[in-house]
Amino acid sequence: MSGFDKVVTSYEQAMQGLKDNMTVIAGGFGLCGIPEGLIAQIKKQGVKGLTIVSNNCGVDGFGLGILLEDKQIKKMVSSYVGENALFEKQLLNGELEVELTPQGTLAEKMRAGGAGIPAFYTATGYGTPVGEGKEVKEFNGRPYILEESITGDFAIVKAWKADRFGNCIYRHTAQNFNPMAATAGKITVVEVEEIVEPGELDPTQIHTPGIYVDRVIKGTFEKRIERKVLAKEDR
Amino acid sequence: MALTRDQIAMRVAREFQDGSYVNLGIGIPTLAANYVPDGIEVMLQSENGLLGMGRYPTEDEVDADMINAGKETVTAIAGASIFNSAESFAMIRGGHVDFTVLGAFEVDVNGNIASWMIPGKLVKGMGGAMDLVAGAKNIIVTMTHADKHGNSKLLPSCTLPLTGVNCITRIITDLAVLEVANGAFHLKERAPGVSVEEIKEKTAGKLIVEGNIPEMTL
Repeated sequence: MSGFDKVVTSYEQAMQGLKDNMTVIAGGFGLCGIPEGLIAQIKKQGVKGLTIVSNNCGVDGFGLGILLEDKQIKKMVSSYVGENALFEKQLLNGELEVELTPQGTLAEKMRAGGAGIPAFYTATGYGTPVGEGKEVKEFNGRPYILEESITGDFAIVKAWKADRFGNCIYRHTAQNFNPMAATAGKITVVEVEEIVEPGELDPTQIHTPGIYVDRVIKGTFEKRIERKVLAKEDR
Repeated sequence: MALTRDQIAMRVAREFQDGSYVNLGIGIPTLAANYVPDGIEVMLQSENGLLGMGRYPTEDEVDADMINAGKETVTAIAGASIFNSAESFAMIRGGHVDFTVLGAFEVDVNGNIASWMIPGKLVKGMGGAMDLVAGAKNIIVTMTHADKHGNSKLLPSCTLPLTGVNCITRIITDLAVLEVANGAFHLKERAPGVSVEEIKEKTAGKLIVEGNIPEMTL
């Protein structure tokens, strides 16, 4: 790597520096828009005690779910975790801790974390178990709770295309949490379908400016579909 | 007769105004998209980052990068927009989504809703439900009036952990349409052939019945 060229050519380089007990923020919604190769590399490295911040935890045998197989995850911060039998088992055994966080609050925690905002007030979760123990403040007669932002030692992101400078664009709803995750990692690694030369992406269409990105790697993706539902005439 | 799931969805769809942005939860709420009346246009928001959600894809159209909040494959209509999760919840939390329709385990006379957690059972998570009930302008709850043991789900006070407080204003059940205001349920319509007496019997929270209660139009 030199100058602004962020491209790395091996997954070892991509995840270099990841250690036990670190916090990893991962983009993706269900199995859509997940950095498949980076997750596989975390499994291969065998690091343990991870805190993973991601909307979901994959499914049995795919996505973040594979990190449960060798008990690499200590804690998940997610909004919904219902698709995974191994997850359920480790949770009930007390081997895994979960911090359930409302989806919008989770997105905002990442966004704020990346933007240098340590905490924010939101009405979401007030008066519910999520609000327990959190500071409450009224604005214009309505109560809000204080939520702290999140940053990670690593952020792992899936984008569609990136240029060598790390400018990224996402495709369709595979965008989801990825742009926020990209801003919130001390080291942000982006796995993409295609790497292009600087200047090939339209600057006005960039979703994630390269300043947030430390490493870019070209991956290959299975893109597994969680729930294939067809129009009536094709069923 | 109590309404079927599709009939509840039909009644829900009559609530929508032309030009509304609508978020539909999983289950009966999603069915409402099939019954939007002629002459009314709504745009569906899916909280994973899609405004202008279309129908399910044909086999040729299936795209792993195009899913809805239920993680189902989906299409986008002409004029749709796609964005990140923070943007998606900014439009929800900022009150820009006109209608949210979602299911519930319980609702009480103060507009509190419990829909995500039953103690003792495995908790899967609230997803976007807490954000939606805290943010949307009009929240419509769809559910059966009573559970399968006959216990009312319209209560003086919710017994399960809450999803949101003081946020529900309208409830459409298999028996009735009700409004929630001033610490009571207000009966507005009844399902065809369902008596006010039956609704009273199955409503545990304070119920106000004023004047003649019309049957629903589906």
